[in-house]
Amino acid sequence: MPTHILQVNQLYRRFGDVQAVNGISFSVAAGTCFGLLGPNGAGKTTTIEILEGVKQADDGEVMFEGKPRTSEYAKMIGIQFQHTALQDFLTVRESLDLFAALYPNPRSVDELIQLCALEDFIDRDNRKLSGGQKQRLLLAIALINQPKLVFLDEPTTGLDPQARRHFWSLIRSIKAQGTTIILTTHYMDEAEQLCDEIAIVDRGEIIASGSPSQLLNAHFEGAIISLPDADDLQAVFADVTKTETGADYISSDVAGDLAKLQAKGISLDGLLVKHPNLEDLFLKLTGHSLRA
Amino acid sequence: MKAFWAIFKARNIEFWRDRATLGWNLMFPVLLIIGFAFMFNNDDKVQYHVGWVGNSDDRAQFLDTTSLRYVDFIEYEDLEAALEKLRYHRVDLVVMPGDLSIQYWLNDDSPSGYITEQLVRSNLLVTAEAASVTGEPIRYLDWVAPGILGMNMMFSCLFGVGYVIVRYRKNGVLKRFQATPVTPFMFLSAQVASRLLVVLFITTSIFTAMALLFDFIIKGNAAALLLIAALAAMSMISLGLLVSARSGSEELAGGLLNLITWPMMLLSGVWFSLEGAAPAIQWAANIFPLTHALSAARSVMLDGGSLVDIAPSLITLFVMTLVFLGIAARLFKWGDN
Repeated sequence: MPTHILQVNQLYRRFGDVQAVNGISFSVAAGTCFGLLGPNGAGKTTTIEILEGVKQADDGEVMFEGKPRTSEYAKMIGIQFQHTALQDFLTVRESLDLFAALYPNPRSVDELIQLCALEDFIDRDNRKLSGGQKQRLLLAIALINQPKLVFLDEPTTGLDPQARRHFWSLIRSIKAQGTTIILTTHYMDEAEQLCDEIAIVDRGEIIASGSPSQLLNAHFEGAIISLPDADDLQAVFADVTKTETGADYISSDVAGDLAKLQAKGISLDGLLVKHPNLEDLFLKLTGHSLRA
Repeated sequence: MKAFWAIFKARNIEFWRDRATLGWNLMFPVLLIIGFAFMFNNDDKVQYHVGWVGNSDDRAQFLDTTSLRYVDFIEYEDLEAALEKLRYHRVDLVVMPGDLSIQYWLNDDSPSGYITEQLVRSNLLVTAEAASVTGEPIRYLDWVAPGILGMNMMFSCLFGVGYVIVRYRKNGVLKRFQATPVTPFMFLSAQVASRLLVVLFITTSIFTAMALLFDFIIKGNAAALLLIAALAAMSMISLGLLVSARSGSEELAGGLLNLITWPMMLLSGVWFSLEGAAPAIQWAANIFPLTHALSAARSVMLDGGSLVDIAPSLITLFVMTLVFLGIAARLFKWGDN
């Protein structure tokens, strides 16, 4: 029994002049949530669609449970696409019935209704669903064949904060049932909340990977001291990063460093001390912001 | 098979609930046929038509044309063609001049045939020998009705399949199906079956209602008409699949579909017979499935054609279906990249 449900070796994919995926490799342990994190256009969707079998790689291999993928693969995975639509004029229940009929051993519709919280709009026309409701229906369709592995491509993009949090709780309960999840996102809070392991992707390459806490510990020690005026920080410390709102210094001794600033008579108005998050890490690694 | 029925059912529900499209599909041909019925209802005869076999310039040798009024002469080279028109009341009398006599035919079922006969006889300069044919009149309505239904079927098949599949590809419905174990063949055959059901249902309902309302001439077998309709729909649905095999652009697909439907509507004999058209046009019209469907349908309805008579048309439609479907299946892609 291999511990890795999916192994990805040296994937390459080019579109015209753009090398969308440039030698991506990683492994996903069974029962975990793996996140591909990166800005728009980083190659996340192309990578995940190669893994789903929807797109072909120019080069590289994808192993499912230690073996190359077969035609049975489609029956064992579930997919929630970033851009997809369902047929108009069908209700949520009819859509579930339709997709249930396409698989040999589907989950019952009642179970899906409960799992994805669909009961409030189960008889509503697909066209009349809100963004969050539509994503929950698409999630239910992705889970309809009781998949071992589920792909979620930016599942919460465009949702309001409440709908996102609701969606996260659904994903946690799916993971609790033992389903492996691979998701892409450009929200670092989403990756921190949901993922056991993440790979940060930029320009078709993985620039860092590990668990969120491992990554942060490896690249940051202590906390970030932030002041609105970069010159104030630079007067005391050498390694200062300029940001949109001022400047950051990564401090391993917050109390001592604050004392140094005060000793120099520097005003602490607008001071911010925070724990570094994945966005700070991304900024540190690439020099450009995640949402750019 | 479960998957096939599920996709088939979903597409039927979608069509049925889309009331605007459904209404248009039902009302458009009905309005056209009713419109034609009123337009051509004006049967007041101001003129009598005599079919003249041969050159009618020398008719003064046989008739006192100066006192013969309200008679229009139409030349025919071939006696059979002229008699055919007489049977359908397109002309009132057919005259074939001999050396020093004429031979004429009239339709026993036509009141104006009797009047025309009297007009001609009273002005004869030579001896005449009479013969008769029989036949119910064929109105333009009888002739054009299969054309209008066929045209409606053409639009429904080509746009209803071609446009819809391109839209599915563009908005990601196809991508969602691609991620399931469903094969393109199964998905497409469910689409074909659904549209076939829709088209046959609509065409049969309209045809039945119109036939009762306007008392269409149906000399042949109604089942043969249904067979023609089914084969015609299959061939045009397959053509729609061919158009939509790859494109994800509704504009491109719409343009292609118009490029196919407009020439087909004008050249396949929907509105007027191609008998008198240039041979090149008649030859070119054969590439359209609708041409074969309409000639078969009119043969059955108006001439009482049997399955043997229409076999060449049926075989052509069947072969077209296989060819279009084969190419479409080879070209088909779920995504547009």
